[in-house]
Amino acid sequence: MSYQNPPTTPRKSATFDDFTTSEIRRAAATGIYDIRGGGAKRKVPHFDDLLFLGASISRYPLEGYREKCETSVVLGARFARKPIELKIPITIAGMSFGSLSGQAKEALGRGATLAGTSTTTGDGGMTEEERGHSQTLVYQYLPSRYGMNPRDLRRADAIEIVIGQGAKPGGGGMLLGQKISDRVADMRTLPKGIDQRSACRHPDWTGPDDLEIKILELREITNWEKPIYVKVGGARPYYDTALAVKAGADVVVLDGMQGGTAATQEVFIENVGMPTLACIRPAVQALQDLGMHRKVQLVISGGIRSGADVAKALALGADAVSIGTAALIAIGDNDPRWEADYNALGTTAGAYDDWHEGKDPAGITTQDPELSQRLDPVAAGRRLANYLKVMTLETQTIARACGKNHVHNLEPEDLCALTIEASAMAQVPLAGTSWIPGKGGF
Amino acid sequence: MPVIDLAVTPLRELNQALHDLTSGSNDTHFEVINPRGHHAVAVGVDQPVTVDVKGSVGYYCAGMNEQATITIHGSAGPGVAENMMSGTVVVKGDASQYAGATGRGGLLVIEGNASSRCGISMKGIDIVVHGNIGHMSAFMAQAGNLVVLGDAGEALGDSLYEARIFVRGAVKSLGADCIEKEMRPAHLEILAGLLDKAGVADVRPEEFKRYGSARKLYNFHIDNADAY
Repeated sequence: MSYQNPPTTPRKSATFDDFTTSEIRRAAATGIYDIRGGGAKRKVPHFDDLLFLGASISRYPLEGYREKCETSVVLGARFARKPIELKIPITIAGMSFGSLSGQAKEALGRGATLAGTSTTTGDGGMTEEERGHSQTLVYQYLPSRYGMNPRDLRRADAIEIVIGQGAKPGGGGMLLGQKISDRVADMRTLPKGIDQRSACRHPDWTGPDDLEIKILELREITNWEKPIYVKVGGARPYYDTALAVKAGADVVVLDGMQGGTAATQEVFIENVGMPTLACIRPAVQALQDLGMHRKVQLVISGGIRSGADVAKALALGADAVSIGTAALIAIGDNDPRWEADYNALGTTAGAYDDWHEGKDPAGITTQDPELSQRLDPVAAGRRLANYLKVMTLETQTIARACGKNHVHNLEPEDLCALTIEASAMAQVPLAGTSWIPGKGGF
Repeated sequence: MPVIDLAVTPLRELNQALHDLTSGSNDTHFEVINPRGHHAVAVGVDQPVTVDVKGSVGYYCAGMNEQATITIHGSAGPGVAENMMSGTVVVKGDASQYAGATGRGGLLVIEGNASSRCGISMKGIDIVVHGNIGHMSAFMAQAGNLVVLGDAGEALGDSLYEARIFVRGAVKSLGADCIEKEMRPAHLEILAGLLDKAGVADVRPEEFKRYGSARKLYNFHIDNADAY
């Protein structure tokens, strides 16, 4: 009987893990960088790393279901003659017709309207479906200016000047040929089937001084009626917020790296921009330094999933939050009911992110007429409304437990952090201590 | 004819008066004096009114114009007639950067020179420049016609889509995917019509060269990466 040395267990490299090696093989085979939809998938410090303290002897809570806890928010009161008032502090983020089907845009409008909040257009212009089904519609003003026209500006309820988004601060958009249907091509004045590139920079202004003049022009065109938002990706939140305020924004929308995109390079999504959690306090600090906190509203987006996330963002100083990915999941994106179809595409429910290919089994991120038919906009709108209402109830539950009669009364003092990283980013004490890294000299 | 003196009247009143015009309104001709480089003069007009601006303007004059005929008797700052939908805008002097940016229709005539990025992302507008244009003009231009009687700067028509470019003088360099194309009778006809509309009488369409997209960058391919 021969002796064999005991073998070691096969061990894979932590550096060259399965995903990394598969990406190297994919790049070598195709010669094209990987493009996908969604936001950062890597684990980053997030709202899960914060906890609420709740009330006890030193402060008293409000009775759940009995004592009122308000949730309304007014956006745009700084300069706009017609600010918008939302029943809940959760809005639907900008997503384009083109990246999404007409049915999906309609569902978002229906759901937002049922829940008393706003939805937002995207790159590619305003569709009749979303205008018709959205009580409050924010019209994005993007570098590409696809479909931009003064009629839609006038019939919008607010204008959002998009400078960046969290998934790709500094990057433009991309809509691959598979999704440029006749209708999408017509709205964007482009030939059908080409890869449509959206510029990363506005064509007729650069820098904060120009932005101030651009905002003046948009206000003059719309007779100073519409709130003007400025949306930035989470990169330098203190300075970007300060410059947006200086340029005359009514609202600053700040999108962290977990915020999704219809399609961009994987390397961009995972390696450019900051986590949402790290963006909020510097932005709030900028507003406070300028004496504009609560006068210019701050809307936070990027990875908001529940009422707990909403409450934490508000407690850190935001006026409202915006959801994109979560809203798509609510209307049916990545639903396990389509598992066989996801498998056929080489993926699984929950991981599908090749939205640019236009083959979405759920009929949401596609222009394919047959797939689009899978989404019933009325039922999907109802699901979104349900989800928004649950998030609102959850936010109120936490706010009442902290003794607040308006969700905006939540404050950093209500929070503690589970990790040193989250403590440093959110600038709330590490749980069980009074320590915030970087504060008090150490 | 209303005369609005921007030395004493706020810009807001001028634009509101223009926006308050309705179809069949009695006021069909406005004169704006002392514009003194004001930004956003006569923006968002959507009636077939005539506006004469007596002097030079700042950014975005005649922005998003629909139907109106707006003449600037001076020079224009950045973004003149940006995103114009229809109507006519004439600049008697020179125009700064981004003239006619993203314009979707109508006619923009610049009787002097235009700076860089003239016609950037144009989406159907016609632009006629009597003088020269600066670098990166017609960048990512999607549709419409850019006519230049003088010379064009570097990287003309970079990454352009279906817009047509006609240049009578020299082109310093062409941008990625922009090539010289054959001038066919149909193009000469389009050009003759544009020159006529722009009031250019002493120039023949045959004196121009035509430039357009090679359409090689319409769908991404790694072997074209050097072009980006």
